[in-house]
Amino acid sequence: MADHSAKSSNGHPQDFEVRILRQDGPGQGSYWESHRVAYEPDMNVISALQRIAAQARTVDGKGVAPVAWECNCLEEVCGACTMVINGRVRQSCSALIDRLLADHPGEIVLEPMNKFPVLRDLVVERSRLFRALKRVKAWIPVDGYYELGRGDKQSQAEQEVAYPLSQCMSCGCCLEACPQYAKIEVSPLSGESSEALQQRRDAEFDRGFVGAHAISQAMLFNAHPTGRMNASERLDTLMDEGGLQICGNAQNCVAVCPKQIPLTTSIARAGRATTLRLFQRWFDC
Amino acid sequence: MAKKRVMVIGGGLAGLAAAMKLAELGIPVDLMSLTPVKRSHSVCAQGGINSVSDLTRQEGDDESKHFDDTVYGGDFLQHQPPVKEMTLWGPKIIDLMDRLGVPFNRTAEGYLDRRRFGGTLYKRTAFSGATTGQQLLYALDEQVRRWESAGLVTKYEYWDFLGPVLDESGVCRGCVGQDLVTMEIRTFPADAVIVASGGSGLLFGRSTMSMVCTGSAVSRCFQRGAKYGNPEFVQVHPTAIPGADKLRLMSESARGEGGRVWVPRTPQDPRDPKTIPESERYYFLEERYPKYGNLVPRDIATREIFDICVNEGLSVEKDRQCVYLDLTHISRRELDRKLAGILEIYEKFQGVDPRDVPMKIFPAVHYVMGGLWVDYQRTTAGGLNIDSPRTHVTNIPGLYAIGECDYQYHGANRLGANSLLSCIFSGLIVAPAIKSLLDSQKGPEPSSLLYESARREHQSLHDGLLGRRGGKENPYLIHQELGDVMTRAATVVRRNAQLATALEKVNELSERAQNCSLSDTGNWTNQNVVFTKALLDMFPLAKSILMGALARDESRGAHFKPDFSMPDLKATEPGERRREAEKWCDWFQENTRQWLRSTIATWNGKNPDLTYEAVDTSLIPPRPRLYGLAGAQIIDEVWRQRSQAQANAATNPAMAGTAAAS
Ligand SMILES: Cc1cc2nc3c(=O)[nH]c(=O)nc-3n(C[C@H](O)[C@H](O)[C@H](O)COP(=O)(O)OP(=O)(O)OC[C@H]3O[C@@H](n4cnc5c(N)ncnc54)[C@H](O)[C@@H]3O)c2cc1C
Ligand code: SF4
Ligand code: SF4
Ligand code: FES
Repeated sequence: MADHSAKSSNGHPQDFEVRILRQDGPGQGSYWESHRVAYEPDMNVISALQRIAAQARTVDGKGVAPVAWECNCLEEVCGACTMVINGRVRQSCSALIDRLLADHPGEIVLEPMNKFPVLRDLVVERSRLFRALKRVKAWIPVDGYYELGRGDKQSQAEQEVAYPLSQCMSCGCCLEACPQYAKIEVSPLSGESSEALQQRRDAEFDRGFVGAHAISQAMLFNAHPTGRMNASERLDTLMDEGGLQICGNAQNCVAVCPKQIPLTTSIARAGRATTLRLFQRWFDC
Repeated sequence: MAKKRVMVIGGGLAGLAAAMKLAELGIPVDLMSLTPVKRSHSVCAQGGINSVSDLTRQEGDDESKHFDDTVYGGDFLQHQPPVKEMTLWGPKIIDLMDRLGVPFNRTAEGYLDRRRFGGTLYKRTAFSGATTGQQLLYALDEQVRRWESAGLVTKYEYWDFLGPVLDESGVCRGCVGQDLVTMEIRTFPADAVIVASGGSGLLFGRSTMSMVCTGSAVSRCFQRGAKYGNPEFVQVHPTAIPGADKLRLMSESARGEGGRVWVPRTPQDPRDPKTIPESERYYFLEERYPKYGNLVPRDIATREIFDICVNEGLSVEKDRQCVYLDLTHISRRELDRKLAGILEIYEKFQGVDPRDVPMKIFPAVHYVMGGLWVDYQRTTAGGLNIDSPRTHVTNIPGLYAIGECDYQYHGANRLGANSLLSCIFSGLIVAPAIKSLLDSQKGPEPSSLLYESARREHQSLHDGLLGRRGGKENPYLIHQELGDVMTRAATVVRRNAQLATALEKVNELSERAQNCSLSDTGNWTNQNVVFTKALLDMFPLAKSILMGALARDESRGAHFKPDFSMPDLKATEPGERRREAEKWCDWFQENTRQWLRSTIATWNGKNPDLTYEAVDTSLIPPRPRLYGLAGAQIIDEVWRQRSQAQANAATNPAMAGTAAAS
């Protein structure tokens, strides 16, 4: 390993190493590659990756294709930049280099999320996450967008329950950390159209676990005065295959959510609501 | 004949509003975006969205005042009918977003809470914590997902819009896109294309904007003949946190909730700011603008902060420009309820709790007022004919533009919390316009050859880039240089010599960029080639900004040229001061005559050509824009008297001589 004792006068290292688990495409093998980045104040993992892209050269001086990754907002609100950093799933834009180096001097390790198929390097395919939002009908079923007056009055207390749930940015950290959430990777068949592939993929997704984020969204919409009108449809989905019963209540999800969404509270609420729904269904038939 | 389809480029607030409304009208929509639409830049918007409310109405507010604030804030450089219509729709739009489930903050009784924003005296701004854009975007994203489930919307996420497809008569017949994963290039036939691709902050390197805000989609339309309006008007937000990768915004809502901007009266006072007594603090915005205080419009706040640091040497720190933005006098509970989202950003990235310690902030590039030129049809009452197919169409028939990427609503300066409104508004009104267009379209569909040749053209450009050998320029480094040049010459203060040098430099960078070699020449998720294309497309816009700024020898809104501004009044003796004010007003009148017109850039294949367009100011006559600046009231007074005299002259010509003489 390289010598990390070189420090500039202000106690910061002159540079640091970033070790990245790369993969050239779906279904291909992965490999480790190390890059050296000159230290600058106020860096985060994104700015380090930007330097790496500009250099496109490994520690050994080998010219390589720039590492692929995703980001957009750079302020932890868009959910794009999720990756596994020093073993922990999190947003890379808010992962500050100073703090990472303080915890783990000299080297930063980046890996793609494990629960989603890798497209390339640190970029993964997360459409399952959005598919889950369709499964639980995460929307308000309004009549339309013409002028129909204002919405319902709501108390401050209700707003203060809804708002945190509504901050879910579909980053997928909760899914990466969940022991019950298993990766689903559907590879294209030869000659298959992209529409046909998508259909097959969605069917697979719909059998898999919906995940903590979608359960929490279902609870958000079930609490809304209009959203409540399809509460039972959402609950039925949660009682179906891939629904709430998969959750083992390990509580890993809530620990890693960058938005500190009270996922386990939502899960508990969903548990009570589905139980009631079960009784209701017995009486209905 | 196949069913009519519409292609929407971009799924921020504007694009999603358009998609959802089109779907409601039964029109199938294809929605293309670089990112999953839920991750669009609109999620960054923090502070809120404006409209007149039942409460402000009883304080004397109404839509005409919102209209007036917007036009005055924009220094009269926007056509007035679209702005008037937008402010009329404001309350309806907030009601709609409320119905769609946006968790707006509430009053104790359960109504929507409001806060004050810059450039107005009323508390018009509805908000959802300090992440209003995120909440509005999610509500629209959810509705679009609902239509996607119903089969009316088809998303193409992770696709790059490469340009419109125009037929022999110059009508837009669809577009070309590239899949960012497989790198496949294909065409999308469409009966109308709506560009809703947002701003272009990346031209300035670092800004408050997101990483996909490259302006590439706009530039690709511009290079195909779409006109670009008011390129030189770029908003620099007064309060951002300087950072290595991004200048993170500290929303105006911080001041709306009572935040105060100050510097120690002693330059670089080393004391802990909390221990500096009131008498030794300089609340320069409050002192200079007693009426609006910390909530003067952005261009003014930015120039004052810049002036305090650069000209008066009062920056809080020695080797870094910054001033204090102080919230520490407000209770934690109140701050957490209304501003948690932005305070967490400061805490996370600066490692300091702004509830305890004043924040250090400095201006940053934030928003582009300029954008694709779009049309409208005026009603006799001065509003918009919404159903007209001309609403939001560019000069290319069939190609529409909405949201931050059009030039329509904000003139020379945008007021805070008016953009979320203009984005949703333009998205909602473009749908009926397009319906009218589709209903009136006849004639044969274009031949498949048109699409095939468009695809082939883009494919060969792409292959050419990948195959380039021997170039040694690095696209990322050229981008950095471009950002530095643009930030130095074309932000807060503009001088002709600097602009001319910058233009030369940008021309040179644009040449050098032709020699970029790619470090990735593969055809799978190649971000290197996508970025290089976006970089190449930054130059036409950058040149337009610099040329527009160079040509405009005046100061207006965000465009400030001290060499062409009227000096402040100097005299103290009342008679002399009045004479100076008279002179100031003469100058203002002449300047208005000469410069109250929009810059229109047209691409000639190598460079932008500039022409000018008259502005419809028929509803609110232009007036000096001083925001009650201390000491300048006499100018407003002189101007009022002149306008009064003019109005009298118009109604009673015989009196004209007497009024002017008095
Ligand atoms: C930090 C910050 C805070 C703000 N706060 C406020 C506020 O409080 N109130 C307010 O009124 N305004 C605010 N604004 C301004 C406001 O957020 C934006 O003007 C608005 O969100 C723009 O929305 P849009 O729909 O036009 O574009 P965006 O939300 O930027 O969306 C653009 C879309 O176009 C797509 N796109 C772009 N290029 C291409 C391409 N080549 N191919 C395919 N797709 C493409 C993107 O993927 C994206 O989906 C703020 C801005 C910033 C930067
Ligand atoms: S509580 Fe449920 S959803 Fe959360 S991590 Fe555990 S098993 Fe997964
Ligand atoms: S619940 Fe939290 S961790 Fe899960 S997707 Fe939403 S924001 Fe991310
Ligand atoms: S870039 Fe948006 S969350 Fe990190």
